[in-house]
Amino acid sequence: MQGLFVVFRKELCDHFSSYRFVILFGLIAMVSFITSYMAGVHMKENLEALSKTRFSFLMLFSTPGALFSMVQFVSFFGPLIGLVLGFDSINRERAQGTLIKLVSQPIYRDAVINGKFLAGVATISILLVSIVLVISGFGLALVGVVPGIEEIWRLFIYLIISIFYISLWLGVSILFSILFKSIATSSLASVALWIFLSFFVTLGAEVAANAIAPMDRKKETKPEILIKNTRIKERVSLSSPMVLYSKATEIIINPMRKTTGSIVMMMPMEQILSSRFQNPLPLGQSVIIVFPHMTALIAITLICFAISYLVFIKQEIRT
Amino acid sequence: MDADTIIQTVNLTKRYGKQVAVDDLNLSVKEGEIFGFLGPNGAGKTTTLLMLLGLSQPSEGSASLYGLDPLRKATEVKRLVGYLPENVGFYEDLDAIQSLEYVANLNGINKEEALGKIDKLLELVGLKNDARKKINAFSRGMRQRLGIAEVIIKDPKILFLDEPTLGLDPEGAIWFMDFIASLNRDRKITVLLSSHNLSQVQKISHRVGIMINGKMVADGSMESLAREKFGVGDKEYSLEEIYMEYFQEV
Repeated sequence: MQGLFVVFRKELCDHFSSYRFVILFGLIAMVSFITSYMAGVHMKENLEALSKTRFSFLMLFSTPGALFSMVQFVSFFGPLIGLVLGFDSINRERAQGTLIKLVSQPIYRDAVINGKFLAGVATISILLVSIVLVISGFGLALVGVVPGIEEIWRLFIYLIISIFYISLWLGVSILFSILFKSIATSSLASVALWIFLSFFVTLGAEVAANAIAPMDRKKETKPEILIKNTRIKERVSLSSPMVLYSKATEIIINPMRKTTGSIVMMMPMEQILSSRFQNPLPLGQSVIIVFPHMTALIAITLICFAISYLVFIKQEIRT
Repeated sequence: MDADTIIQTVNLTKRYGKQVAVDDLNLSVKEGEIFGFLGPNGAGKTTTLLMLLGLSQPSEGSASLYGLDPLRKATEVKRLVGYLPENVGFYEDLDAIQSLEYVANLNGINKEEALGKIDKLLELVGLKNDARKKINAFSRGMRQRLGIAEVIIKDPKILFLDEPTLGLDPEGAIWFMDFIASLNRDRKITVLLSSHNLSQVQKISHRVGIMINGKMVADGSMESLAREKFGVGDKEYSLEEIYMEYFQEV
């Protein structure tokens, strides 16, 4: 335990004093800030018209300002934080010859990898929490709406999911830094996997759906085929952590959304209900809807870390 | 096995695929000895040291240090053994004191004790004036001095030194060997020293072992090896002559 704490403290120190962290933090803080500012200005103009809206505070995070909302921004580029913090964590030590020194000290070998992972998670948490707090304070001043208890809870859950989502990519990059000796290879491999899972899987889902259940553009498509097509698209795209994450956070941050599925998949009664009754969902119900998504996200994060843990423990370290 | 044998390997073997790195090694080192571990590059010396430290798993056979199995009692063994690897690495953006502090923390030495120790150690290895210099500005010789300071901060009973004088200037190499001899003399530290600098090894070691292709081909004091190879004679043989004789045989 003591070794774990020493490694954790050293890594945390390294993260906070590194240029890459400062650059990353500046970039993400700036973009989130601008996005929320735009959303805030937009909201202020429309607040009279939206007099009936509840949860206006959360709209700071979910309203697309210029191009995307804060929530969408984190789902697109949040993984970069994890990748940047982890891609050279083990192989840099190997290259400079400090890994052998570390593992020949009287600490358990897992203290090294646990310390590194936990320091990364702590950095991610501090980064996200501070950005959300800054935006909240800013929104408070700009829009002048005070968050209710439920909104605070929703933000809290949003933060937890986001920390796991970004930690997943931290885990992936640490795994690659264990597997590949070269820092360039491990960084490229983790970025490639990120781009593939985040952007190409959703494209691939469409291709797969159209191949299995082709929709005819000229003739009217049978409802069964339409449903099949949509179902395949949704299932395939769920293998992307980004889709899992954005579906989960959309529901949590926006109480007006009642399903993760598309409108095609709803039964007629549901369609009528959702268009007639514009009442927000209570928090418990929102959580129930995205519970599978959250569980899956947390599970793949843990599985990913477990794999890197096992590989590292079994590996022979010579330098 | 003698009572004062503290490092012992029994039929220790390591294979990487079909290649045998260490072949059926039976080694014993007594307490308080400096054991010169010789052999050409790739003979399996480093692999042996790694197996003794529990960092590498033997394919066959076993090792013990003070009766402890390095695989099962890894932390205890690492508490007893200080290992200075060939080409020791440092966190380049730390200074000498910070680097020593990190190692002291990893060894569970508390802060005040560590600071006192660091001060003494820097004095001892002659880095007192460079204590606050970043390590990326260190020369090879200074790095090696800092390396040995990091290893002895935990007060080890055994030292494993892998090519410690590689790339040092003659003066630095002589200082280093003298320093090791003084550690052995004053602190009663047992030393396993692998080196190509034969005249230096001859000067300080009590016993030498010559390892070629994973096999220990000779093991004993300098006189007994000379007697074995050249018969009894008036001539004093240097370690270099003995080494070459063994080397040509294989």
